[in-house]
Amino acid sequence: MTLDFSTPAHYLVALLPELVLSLWGMVVLLAGVWKKEEEGRPSADDLGTLSLVGLLLAAGANGWLYTAGSTGGHGMVTVDEFRLFANWIFLVAAFLSISISFTYVFRQRLQAAETYSLMLFAVVGMMLMGGSHNLILIFLALELMSVAVYALAAINRRDRRSAEAGLKYFLLGAFSSGFFLYGIALIYGATGTVDVLQIQRVVIQGEAVAGLLFGGIALLAVGFAFKVAAVPFHMWTPDVYEGAPTPVTAFMATGVKAAAFVAFLRVFLVAFDAVYETWYSVFWWLAAVTMVAANLMALVQSNVKRMLAYSSIAHGGYLLVALVAANETASAALLFYLLVYALMNIGAFAVVVSVARQGEERLQIEDYAGLGWQKPALGVFLTVFLLSLAGFPGTGGFMGKIFLLQGAVDSELWVLAVVLVMATLISYWYYLRVAWYMWMKEAPEAEAHAGVMTSMPMKVALVTAVGLVLFLGLFPSVGLGVAERSVAALFEAAGTMGRVIP
Amino acid sequence: MAESYVPLLILFALSGATGLGFLAISHILNPRRPTPQKDMPYESGMIPLGDTRARFPVKFYVVAISFIVFDLETVFLLPWAVQARELGWGPFLAVALFVVVLAVGLIYEWRKGGLEWE
Repeated sequence: MTLDFSTPAHYLVALLPELVLSLWGMVVLLAGVWKKEEEGRPSADDLGTLSLVGLLLAAGANGWLYTAGSTGGHGMVTVDEFRLFANWIFLVAAFLSISISFTYVFRQRLQAAETYSLMLFAVVGMMLMGGSHNLILIFLALELMSVAVYALAAINRRDRRSAEAGLKYFLLGAFSSGFFLYGIALIYGATGTVDVLQIQRVVIQGEAVAGLLFGGIALLAVGFAFKVAAVPFHMWTPDVYEGAPTPVTAFMATGVKAAAFVAFLRVFLVAFDAVYETWYSVFWWLAAVTMVAANLMALVQSNVKRMLAYSSIAHGGYLLVALVAANETASAALLFYLLVYALMNIGAFAVVVSVARQGEERLQIEDYAGLGWQKPALGVFLTVFLLSLAGFPGTGGFMGKIFLLQGAVDSELWVLAVVLVMATLISYWYYLRVAWYMWMKEAPEAEAHAGVMTSMPMKVALVTAVGLVLFLGLFPSVGLGVAERSVAALFEAAGTMGRVIP
Repeated sequence: MAESYVPLLILFALSGATGLGFLAISHILNPRRPTPQKDMPYESGMIPLGDTRARFPVKFYVVAISFIVFDLETVFLLPWAVQARELGWGPFLAVALFVVVLAVGLIYEWRKGGLEWE
């Protein structure tokens, strides 16, 4: 089907995945409260399954959009392969996050309908953010996603740390949204438009008011850096990630980060490509400082959830390298890495949820002593995820880092490439420390890990994640090929091919 | 272009002058016989006692949230209603969708017990 954007109805078709998910979010929300409590409301598991069905429907719609071409002008949301690939990442992140929350939601007596529908609404926000080339819509999508995630962080209202995480995230997130919006205002003042493609044209023609434009770029960069948790805008991350319910943390660390990076890439590589020299050095330092500082701070963490929070900041640093490189190879590497990162990070958090007895109990690294011998399957899975996060050959994480390095080298960023490798070497220490505790340390008692439990959906999610991480590690060209095609679509639409670094 | 705003400017100036003028006149002309009663923050209200950060039931919060939701609904519906006939069916459907989404929220609040006081 060819979408003709001169007919308003076709805009709705172009938004099919988002529409399906919004409707499904409302269905899940109402399904949870439709009957009175004494008449028997659907169980948490039913609602979880219902949301997974919604995600599958949206995935179907997303796949179908590949067959759709577009004509007759353009709306605020593009129908390019870049958006569709980003949608896969969000859908995978949400699918795995919901799969690993089944038992957790039940055991912690979270409000299932609210939790799952908020996750679906957040995915709608992510999709719009990744697919839009209109700064105002990107801002609205950012807020849609963020407001849902603020509430999700505080969804365990009986837990003080969860409430603290929600409030902290909300205050700092609202603050960073202010930066973002002010940046949009300045860019509108400089160029007279909020459309990314038109901003690009105005900037290339040199008609933009320089002072306003650079101010706007700086403020937008701050807003995005908050969302991707780049050092020094990362202060909220460890506390929020540690306090939020673990499945929500997995969702935040992968989905929210991916959405922010995809929009970051689209705005900066399309709209501000012509003034690359002005922002490139700032991002260079942002990437380098994020990689080094986050990995150093992760070294001293004894709480596994907090360690993974710092690891997530560090991965944000690796991904920033792709933005600094700003070429097609690096952009494809960013998409590939975001996909692998969603798989391996949610996988690692799934094991954390299990070891913590589907709660927030056993999160210290000592609690993992002897896990490998008592629960071999979980031990092997976590080891694979940790090796992949560290970037061990044969895993998806390794190939992702290789592609990022290739992108950096293509843009002749030698020093940054070396920093990336050194930072990765540091990260081996704290990832392997967990593995060392699992396999080399004796469990304090014979039944130390008796309470560790995994539900059926979580087992499916774990096996899928391990399978895909290893598959993408051994046959990376499959994923990378699709990522490269998607990025080519972005650059083709924008008309900026193969710019060389001065 | 700019000239068409001159009447608006005159309106602002006049309304500002009227308001300030009344304040000034009453300040100059009124007789002053202060008593302790009159100097209180709320002359004919309750005597303010205790901390301002008093605790109150969360039920009021739910009412306030619902009020804001429907208040905003009005804000969006009125401009459309004024032009409804000229705008035709497209905007009608858009507004209907907006109301349906809000209705879902209302149904949720209702079933969840947000509208029951006790």
